[in-house]
Amino acid sequence: MAAPSLTPSTAAHARPSPPRGTAPAPPGGRLAKSLRRNLTAHGFLIGAVVCFAVFSWYPMIREFLLAFQKTEDGRVTWVGLHNLTTVYHDPAFWQAWRNTLLFTVLALLLGFAVPFVTAIVINEFRHGQGYLRLLVYLPVMLPPVASVLLFKYLYDPGYGLLNEVFRVLHLPEQQWLQDPDLSMLSVVIASTWMNMGGAALIYLAALQGIPGELYEAAELDGAGLFRKIWHVTIPQTRLILSLMMLMQIIATMQVFVEPFLLTGGAGPEGSTTTVVYLIYQYAFNFNNYGAAAALGLLLLVVLAGFSAVYVKLSRNDNE
Amino acid sequence: MSTRTLISPAQLARPRGKALYWTVFAVVVVAFTLVFLGPLYWMASSGVKDAQEVVQTPPTLVPKSFTPGNYSRAWDVMGLSTLLFNTLFYAFGALAFQLVLDVAAAYSLSKLRPVLGKAILGMMLATLMIPATVLVVPQYLTVLDVPIVHRNLLNTPWAIWLPSVTNAFNIFLLKRFFDSVPKELLDAASMDGASPMRILWSIVLPISRPIIGVVSIFAVVGVWKDFLWPMLTLPDPSKQTLNVGIYSLSNGVPVNVLIAALTIASLPTLIVFLVFQRNIMSGLTAGGLKG
Repeated sequence: MAAPSLTPSTAAHARPSPPRGTAPAPPGGRLAKSLRRNLTAHGFLIGAVVCFAVFSWYPMIREFLLAFQKTEDGRVTWVGLHNLTTVYHDPAFWQAWRNTLLFTVLALLLGFAVPFVTAIVINEFRHGQGYLRLLVYLPVMLPPVASVLLFKYLYDPGYGLLNEVFRVLHLPEQQWLQDPDLSMLSVVIASTWMNMGGAALIYLAALQGIPGELYEAAELDGAGLFRKIWHVTIPQTRLILSLMMLMQIIATMQVFVEPFLLTGGAGPEGSTTTVVYLIYQYAFNFNNYGAAAALGLLLLVVLAGFSAVYVKLSRNDNE
Repeated sequence: MSTRTLISPAQLARPRGKALYWTVFAVVVVAFTLVFLGPLYWMASSGVKDAQEVVQTPPTLVPKSFTPGNYSRAWDVMGLSTLLFNTLFYAFGALAFQLVLDVAAAYSLSKLRPVLGKAILGMMLATLMIPATVLVVPQYLTVLDVPIVHRNLLNTPWAIWLPSVTNAFNIFLLKRFFDSVPKELLDAASMDGASPMRILWSIVLPISRPIIGVVSIFAVVGVWKDFLWPMLTLPDPSKQTLNVGIYSLSNGVPVNVLIAALTIASLPTLIVFLVFQRNIMSGLTAGGLKG
């Protein structure tokens, strides 16, 4: 498969096929024709390729180089593993990983289960499906700053709506974002509200692809509601569920905007400092691009593990 | 509806089933409306409260004061017209760049198939494997001093437009759609002497209208919702986007004016969503997960 793009044209020449004959013969021989064809094709490609080269591929390489370099007054020196040890000895290092992991686990408990259950429930309704789908997806379309600052207002311990609801229900009022034990959960709740619409709609589409006979067969075997979910719904959507879970792990481990806007990034006692926020601090508060790149590299390695699983699963999906 | 789901039609037809169905349905509709529309109502209504009422404990569910002037104050004080114009300018510029360059690239990779085309596609898709936030730092340094031409793109729209072209997912969607355009159609056109450009314009693009719509929505929404990248690359307040501009002014204005600004900022996308909801939602599920 060295040059698969050449096979169609050579095959066309080998066959005594009439179609080519009617086309006006291009000047030059077969080589010139192939050259011309490739030049046109690359002409169509060049714009995107240049953008990728400058803004994607080059930064990818540079990320690796930066992690082992130090830039001082415009002078670049190689420092080996120095940046990695700096990052590792930062007191915030383990806290950031713990918080990121906590966010990911909470985001999965909420952000994974809630949309799936939502999709199952909506799918059962014979009425109003369009309205419910619209509602669930509405927050996804809002500018994130609007949703996040709105949540900040809702979370306010004094005049916030949430504590008012708690008061009416005679539940103890909470400090939400100011409470180190609760701040991360508050961030996750806001994040779930903002982002669950996409997942819910994808699950809904998957549920609608389940053949109805499977449920009928399960009923003949005497299965109740929960056994039908366990033995039909979940196995039938297993692939999409696992893909979505991995995509969500990868996305949530990169969380930045929600904690940055809700708690200013670090949060009370550093309780919402995430890995990406730490990267941001190194790069843009301390101008330490080397440390930022080194931590980025660590995050990349961790996520690459998940990505590898994801690629493997999507391969199976395509077969 | 004819499709069979979890609960059997027979079960639903029974009186008890019917009662249960309508109870659950009513509870869910009310709960969803409260959870998803409630905060939006809270936002719009708090925007008309006066400075005292908006920070009052306990809060009022229905505003007692009515000061719609907050909205016009928010518009003026926060410079929303500039922010809105900037965001539109960046979003539609990014859309134009993506439509021209990514469509051309996907067409070339799908139908013209140049030497090394597969390798290039592979390298493009590989960028999807690299988490975006990891690349922010080196990308930022690249924008500060673009290699070879040595330009600083900070505070210019190019810092948004050019990186937006590197949207491998959109290229993948477009290429997959172009792959399904029958080869015979293109061969017939090229036999009639149509150039690749002409074929793209007169045959491929008209057929591909649905996918172009999906990709366009992704492109515009992507810029509209982005926060970290525009915050880093457009520090000049007069060049900022809606997200970044509102965030950077959020601590300097009264709460009711801020909430009014949030409401105004939410309106454009909400309206677009309500108009194009069918395309947006079908585009979402078409995006890669079939079967």
